Amino acid sequence: MSSTANAERRTQLESLWEHDAVKIIAVIGAIYIVYALIGLILGYSLDGIVNTLRRMTYLIAVYGMVTLALNLHWGYTGLFNIGVAGFMAIGLYVTMILAKPADPGGAAQYAGLGLPMPIAIIGGVVAAGLAGLVVALPALRLRADYFAITTIAFAEIVRLGITSDALQQFTILGAELGTGGGRGLIRNYDDPMNVIFQLEIFSSFVDLTNSLFGFGPTQARALAYSIVLVLVLAGIYWLIQRTSRSPFGRVLKAIREDEEAAQSLGKDTNMFKIKVFVLGCALMGLAGILWRFRRTGVTPEAFRPHVTFYIWIALIIGGAGSNTGSILGSGLFVAVLFEGPQYLRRVIDHLVAIGDAPNTFAGAVGPLLSANPVPLVRYTFAEFLTLQFVIMGVALILLMQRRPDGLLGHREETAAAIPLGARPSAAGGGSGGDGSGGSGSSGGFAHSQPRDQHDGSDQQTDGGVDADGTGTQAGTSENSDSRVSSDSTDQPDDSATDGETQ
Amino acid sequence: MSDSSTDVQSTETDTATDTADTSPDAPTDADAVAPSAVDRTGEIELAVDGLVKRFGGITAVDGASFEVESGSITGLIGPNGAGKSTTFHCITGIHQPDEGTVAFQGQDITGIAPYECADYGLVRTFQIAREMANMTVLENLMLPAKHQQGEALWRSVMPLARREVEAQERELLERVWDTLEFFEIEHIAEEKAGNLSGGQRKLLELARALMTEPEMLLLDEPFAGVNPTLEQKLLEHIHELRADGYTFLIVEHDMDLIMEHCEHVIVMHQGSVLAEGVPGQVTSNEQVIEAYLGGEV
Repeated sequence: MSSTANAERRTQLESLWEHDAVKIIAVIGAIYIVYALIGLILGYSLDGIVNTLRRMTYLIAVYGMVTLALNLHWGYTGLFNIGVAGFMAIGLYVTMILAKPADPGGAAQYAGLGLPMPIAIIGGVVAAGLAGLVVALPALRLRADYFAITTIAFAEIVRLGITSDALQQFTILGAELGTGGGRGLIRNYDDPMNVIFQLEIFSSFVDLTNSLFGFGPTQARALAYSIVLVLVLAGIYWLIQRTSRSPFGRVLKAIREDEEAAQSLGKDTNMFKIKVFVLGCALMGLAGILWRFRRTGVTPEAFRPHVTFYIWIALIIGGAGSNTGSILGSGLFVAVLFEGPQYLRRVIDHLVAIGDAPNTFAGAVGPLLSANPVPLVRYTFAEFLTLQFVIMGVALILLMQRRPDGLLGHREETAAAIPLGARPSAAGGGSGGDGSGGSGSSGGFAHSQPRDQHDGSDQQTDGGVDADGTGTQAGTSENSDSRVSSDSTDQPDDSATDGETQ
Repeated sequence: MSDSSTDVQSTETDTATDTADTSPDAPTDADAVAPSAVDRTGEIELAVDGLVKRFGGITAVDGASFEVESGSITGLIGPNGAGKSTTFHCITGIHQPDEGTVAFQGQDITGIAPYECADYGLVRTFQIAREMANMTVLENLMLPAKHQQGEALWRSVMPLARREVEAQERELLERVWDTLEFFEIEHIAEEKAGNLSGGQRKLLELARALMTEPEMLLLDEPFAGVNPTLEQKLLEHIHELRADGYTFLIVEHDMDLIMEHCEHVIVMHQGSVLAEGVPGQVTSNEQVIEAYLGGEV
């Protein structure tokens, strides 16, 4: 009896789990609880714990935005974009250059255009989108793998271009601008969130956080900023859900599955690819802006290729093709792989006295000869943050092997503006009537197929060879060549699907 | 021959523009398998003239010329490597022909992009069924319909415009179910296309091609890998659709099947047309027997 009650409860839970919101709240909630516990173990005060959670929220929101945009590229359309960091960099740098005051002020400062922040943000997003267009126009004719090479090359060109002396300071149409080169740009414009911070109501928000968590004004601002990011994330999620659940999204899915077949059904796939690539790049630009436009400055170092690969890991964890999965993947990536090692180290350090580590690897390995592993353990521990990359690599390999679809990447999100399934007009039975054929075998034929079909195909080919006779031999060489050519056009699709499933 | 075909073309341009005028209304038509609006029986639907396609040193299609009559089921046969599939590719824009012209309903469509081909009402299926494996059967069938407002990104996103998109989707879903019923595959509607059997995929591909509301279908070996029962089923569907005014050009290897079901047969050999005519004529043609049937018949 209790077992049936359990089963009932389980089905209830499972049906709850069906809702995307529940999935997101459950996973993010679990992350919060774990990090709150970590805070308790480390003896953080309440404001310290809340601040830790705020930082997690900030990171998850930013990674979530970029991962959603990448999901639009790769998960839906099959565009292998590994130049994510480049588009983020363009968004941020253009925004900063547009927003920086025209009068440099300090000695080490480069001038900007001094435009208001909203216009600067729009400028950055548009610039990232245009950059996407520039890449897409020539590159979308390429096969998936070459397209990938083009995007990463573009991202590196952007980063090296920003670093280069030539662009460090330049004059365009009489305006002196600059990327700051390797030294980067300092934010000498007002805090872009001031629009909110200067609101009357914000002071009561500060008071509230002060009384609840003991936050100071700076922490309250950071919290408000994270909340804004979460709202933006929700907006992007909504936008991309709409995009994917529509006839537009259906064509994207079809491109991913078999572009040539989609073309033969009358879809101008190149136009769709260009549009979706530009949209995704613009969103990446927006995420890049929101990621760092409040910081004291930015250097090109922030946009090294590893940023792109972080986003890819998040996408793969969540499952390509699922928007909800993209957010879950970002959450797990940030909590476990990105911030996890650091906090784990702190917890271990707090609970166990590790002692001083040797300075060199040789110093760590040497004592092993005398069966003393302690220096190696200490050394490993000291280098824990470097190990992060190893952990990420291992996690990626395990995922690919054990769960290539990620958490939610079963590609079951409906690509239509309405729920598919049962017929809209339940009464409309048999209106396609003139075609029902009326032959007796209708009931059984579909079910008998899986077996029969094999036999049938064998017979077919056998029969064909017999009938062909000598003619077959005469034409063989020609045939094999035309086959090769048609196969090679199939290649991109095949390799794309392989990549997804492996 | 080329003279007479140009005559036909000039008379046909008028009818072709007529159909183009009426087509924007078509998507609102809820009946998936509506008869073609214009009865063109006896006219030339597709004219291929002097088609040449080379791959490096190999000439896959070498001056193929033939015509397909409107409302007919025409068979295109020939030994492996005769250039049948390449001809299909050239007609439907997947390959650019090196020489020659392709005219559909009198309009020159030589070298157009594959997606434009479907706009003209000329749709093909593939030798190996190319279903969208990770999309459901319903999604596969929703995809091809023309004039979908929601294919414009902003309409799919903006709240007010989206309502219209949803209304259109509902109409479209009705048509999809009509098509599913026509092919008697309602039971697999929510299945992922990748999970279907080989025969079901062939059915799906034909159904999907019909969702574009074509006037002519090019079927590349539609019966390969299909069991005899289903093959019979497919043939019934093809005959019904033909009766509704669709034109078919079918590549097939099974001679008996071609002889029984096609009223016109084109035999290709080494890239050009060796013979054509009614099935009886073709089977008694000595060259055909020599080249294709290997002298066994």
